[in-house]
Amino acid sequence: MVPLIFDRVSFALPDGTELLHSVAFSVGSGAVTVLAGPSGAGKSTLLRLGNRLEVPSGGVVRLQGVDIATVDPLQLRRRVGMVFQRPTPFAGTISENLAAASPATSIELRQDMLQRVGLDPQMIDRIADDLSGGEAQRMCIARTLLTEPEVILMDEPTSSLDPENRRGIEHLVRELAEGGASILWVSHDLAQVERIADEVVVLLDGRNASTANAEAFLRSGDGGGSL
Amino acid sequence: MSSTQIGWAGLGASLILVVVAIALSTWQQLRLTRSIAWASARAAVQLLLVGFALRLVLDEKASVWWAWLWVAVMILFSALTIRSRAREVPGIFVLGLVSMLTVVIVSLSVIFGFQVFPMEGRTIVPLAGMMIGNSMTSCVLVGRRIVGEISDKRDEVEARLALGSSWQDASRPYVRSALRTALVPQIESTKAVGLVFLPGAMTGLVLAGVDAVDAVTIQLAIMYLVLGSVATSVTVMGLGLTRRMFTPDHRLRPIARASH
Repeated sequence: MVPLIFDRVSFALPDGTELLHSVAFSVGSGAVTVLAGPSGAGKSTLLRLGNRLEVPSGGVVRLQGVDIATVDPLQLRRRVGMVFQRPTPFAGTISENLAAASPATSIELRQDMLQRVGLDPQMIDRIADDLSGGEAQRMCIARTLLTEPEVILMDEPTSSLDPENRRGIEHLVRELAEGGASILWVSHDLAQVERIADEVVVLLDGRNASTANAEAFLRSGDGGGSL
Repeated sequence: MSSTQIGWAGLGASLILVVVAIALSTWQQLRLTRSIAWASARAAVQLLLVGFALRLVLDEKASVWWAWLWVAVMILFSALTIRSRAREVPGIFVLGLVSMLTVVIVSLSVIFGFQVFPMEGRTIVPLAGMMIGNSMTSCVLVGRRIVGEISDKRDEVEARLALGSSWQDASRPYVRSALRTALVPQIESTKAVGLVFLPGAMTGLVLAGVDAVDAVTIQLAIMYLVLGSVATSVTVMGLGLTRRMFTPDHRLRPIARASH
């Protein structure tokens, strides 16, 4: 079953301004789906509808075929994880940050998770605020992975990182997808789309402009211009 | 006990000190002359009006209900004042009303329930005034602080929500910090009392001729009352406000930024 489906989803601000209009696409299983488009196209808003940080004004978001409006939001958000544009370390140590996601996990499991995202397990007692941008974002990914999500939403997670860290996170996300994770990644960087995408959904002015597999997208005229 | 009454002549003589303040302002070119004169005149008119009204309310023959009516008006005005000082805080007027009402009910129940003071007009009005006055400032502080903390740390709060935390858990570190900020000044002033300054009630009692130790016991009871009142009002305001900042399905509502 397709893990996450956006079925003709619309979103309007309280004043009636419509930011998204009848957007429809699905996030493939064990794949990286990139949601591409220029700034202000509604990509981040659409992503936030996937774990009910926002609620659509029309249409339905389905997780494993079930309307997410009928699922307990606290459980839903553990099944649909989210990594934000800027790293969001909480006050305290890395270990305490990981415990915020899953208090019952052992230190060993937390260290294993750090290793999985490319961080030194010996860093576990370091203060999270002292980490570099790249390290902090990896820790945030580890924190999200500890909830064992079925789908991971990533809102331009490398936009504040240098090229080396950007490549590192991209490599990690490719590995996660090849390990079976379903990922919806927001980007407006075409070179990045080429590096990481299996599927591409282009959003323009809050509407679907096109949906294609990455190869077809990059061969087409859509992939030739800037987003 | 000797009674201390300064009379109209005494009050007039004390104005010499206002003249001193005005003279200093003029000498140093502070441009505060009109402000000092206006503040002094306004204080005199306000307090004299209050004094005459209180004389009616506190009259031994007057019904105690007049005192309770006075308290109700104080609660209303305190909520209006809280709103005027923290307009950016959503629903602050109703939260202010609820906080002050809770404070009055809880604190006066203890004070009169345990017969710390007799329940009469002359005790109800000043005790409620002291609780409400102190709580009002702390409520403004905690309200502004919570809105500031949660809007500054919006990304962090949403990251916690995105991990499956409830709004209570997601907001707890920031609310705790705001509550501490609002309560610490009250705790500090409670610690410093007697060493650094003599509090108003005690000063007033000593001036009125009450024995110093008797004045201290009354002052201590009032201080504990104020400390408990501030803690209660700040908690009610803090938790009520935080609840309003989230939707029932654990989403953070948009926050209007302060315009100051």
